[in-house]
Amino acid sequence: MSIIIHKNTKILVQGFTGKIGSFHAEEMIKYGSNVVGGVTPGKGGMTHLNLPVFNTVKEAVDQTGASTSILFVPPAFAADSAMEAADAGIKTCVAITDGIPSHDMVKIKRYMKRYPKDKKMGLVGPNCAGIISPGKSMLGIMPGHIYKEGKIGIVSRSGTLGYEAAQQLKDLEIGVSTSVGIGGDPINGSSFRDIIEKFENDDETIAVLMIGEIGGPQEVEAGQFAKENMSKPVIAYIAGLTAPKGRVMGHAGAIVSAYGESAIEKVELLKECGVTISKNPSVMGETVKKVLVENNLN
Amino acid sequence: MDIHEYQAKKILSDFGVKIPTGGIVYSPENAENKAREIGGSKWVVKAQVHSGARGKAGGIIICNSPLEVADATDKLLGKKLITNQTGPEGKIINRIYIEEATDIKHELYLGLVFDRSSESIMVVASTEGGMSVEEISKEKPETIIRSKIEVAVGIQQFQAREIAFGLGIESKLISRAANTIIGCYKAFSELDATMVEVNPLVVSHQDEILALDCKMSFDNNAMFRRDEIAELRDKTQENSNEVYASDRGMNYVSLDGNIGNIINGAGLAMASMDMIKLAGGEPANFLDVGGGATPEKIVKAFKLISMDTKVKVILVNIFAGINRCDWVAEGIVQALSKIEIKHPLVIRLAGTNVEKGNEILKKSNINYIEASTLEDAANKAVKALG
Repeated sequence: MSIIIHKNTKILVQGFTGKIGSFHAEEMIKYGSNVVGGVTPGKGGMTHLNLPVFNTVKEAVDQTGASTSILFVPPAFAADSAMEAADAGIKTCVAITDGIPSHDMVKIKRYMKRYPKDKKMGLVGPNCAGIISPGKSMLGIMPGHIYKEGKIGIVSRSGTLGYEAAQQLKDLEIGVSTSVGIGGDPINGSSFRDIIEKFENDDETIAVLMIGEIGGPQEVEAGQFAKENMSKPVIAYIAGLTAPKGRVMGHAGAIVSAYGESAIEKVELLKECGVTISKNPSVMGETVKKVLVENNLN
Repeated sequence: MDIHEYQAKKILSDFGVKIPTGGIVYSPENAENKAREIGGSKWVVKAQVHSGARGKAGGIIICNSPLEVADATDKLLGKKLITNQTGPEGKIINRIYIEEATDIKHELYLGLVFDRSSESIMVVASTEGGMSVEEISKEKPETIIRSKIEVAVGIQQFQAREIAFGLGIESKLISRAANTIIGCYKAFSELDATMVEVNPLVVSHQDEILALDCKMSFDNNAMFRRDEIAELRDKTQENSNEVYASDRGMNYVSLDGNIGNIINGAGLAMASMDMIKLAGGEPANFLDVGGGATPEKIVKAFKLISMDTKVKVILVNIFAGINRCDWVAEGIVQALSKIEIKHPLVIRLAGTNVEKGNEILKKSNINYIEASTLEDAANKAVKALG
């Protein structure tokens, strides 16, 4: 098994008929993802990429049975679309949109709390590359072919650094069960901890590579979770060793504002939790390989 | 986005927070008149730059006559104020705020931020006003009061009262203090702020609760719906290359080193900077040209890096996914036909069609050093420094 998305996962595209939504929907379909339709308010009844377009997520879920959505809606309307998905019974929504205001993200997260646990939507992102379960399904904007099918779970804030890792693993003939981009925003849907917990419970995943960066508490929270609850090895790389304090480094969330948020502090705290650190971004693949060998997992 | 003290005070006062009487001036003459207009016998002349710790740097001067106010203004205007937050280059003083002096009884600290752990808004307060929040956390952590606010309903009177009592404020002033805290919360939540810091918040001998100094930052991602805030931006307070970049939709941070970087993706950009450091070099900048790395963006990026006089070597590191390496390589060749680069150039391409991409670069007449991995690229860039 993979986590979150599988071969038959039914996918809706929110912001389907826009330029970016269309481009990536086509890429996902080419990869083999089971895209069943899309939502663009006001364009319901149309056919786009040979698939039905709906006015509302509710209508789309009723008629297609979709459980999952991917969101390409512009920042000003993205919060509204995510809440619409949550209300329509979507189980997982991946928000690709970059630039959603933090106050909107806090609002979305608060809104999602109105549902009981079994009905609550899992939000991944925003400002992320999405999710891929190689050979099965792609729910994102990544280049699918760089991911080899296999048993390593990847979870990364950054898109391109996640690609870099997948490529390094592929070059060493190591494959990936699922790769999840959680995005670079300060307030995001799923945390590192949420995702590594899913990897721990996934039969197919044997080890987890976590790619974090400066800013926020999530990497260390995941490390503490791993120490207390995980049987599978966790390997981590933290970007931003040279980032000056108090400056935003591209990602809105990549800013050191408190103790424990710099790369050096995160690395130290993760080591204390028993996480193996990839000492630089060029050896993420090699470090995973070494850990697999040490644990007789290869 | 940061704004000036006087702008933040104006905003807070619109939300019912009391501030000392004051006004902004642009010349010594102007300053003298403003002091007379404000009245009283003591004034504070405050340099308006985007930095804290202005007092220690000589940017805040207490004056006893309108003539002294004019002299102090004359001394500060047009100078660069160097504080422990501005870096050695300092920040230009173009505006002066003149304020009546306050008769201070207690100095308190009040701050509002997003708490990333609980994903709520957090009010932080302390009795130790005038110190930075970092200093308070280190030296007097027991004085810090934290209160998480439920964003769906906003701050409640009792929460504001609890904080006010926690700060040891006299009973008769509690409702005044609570209203001040509520005003700050409203400004934070209604204007897409990411930080409101009143430091110090003071209790005066006249029993007033006043915001004596104030800093506010706003969410850049929310500027599309905050015209009134966006127009408060003062570009003279920002690094000129950073302004050039942000006006063109690029994520750029100027740093102290001499290896210029052009990279796609924020994570990969930070990782490349780390590799440069590990290879014994120092990055001159952080630059994320975006996941797309279109030829137009690469041209702009080369222009930006060539504006930085510190740069001695340029490192290009692109991981091409959907936008294949051959296409990125064509973009680089196109860019270099338009801009002359005098420094050694190291290029590392990775991802889709990397062989084709490297082939295109080789066949072109650009002078560059090819690199294969992140590590190789960083090592070659440092070596190229000579």
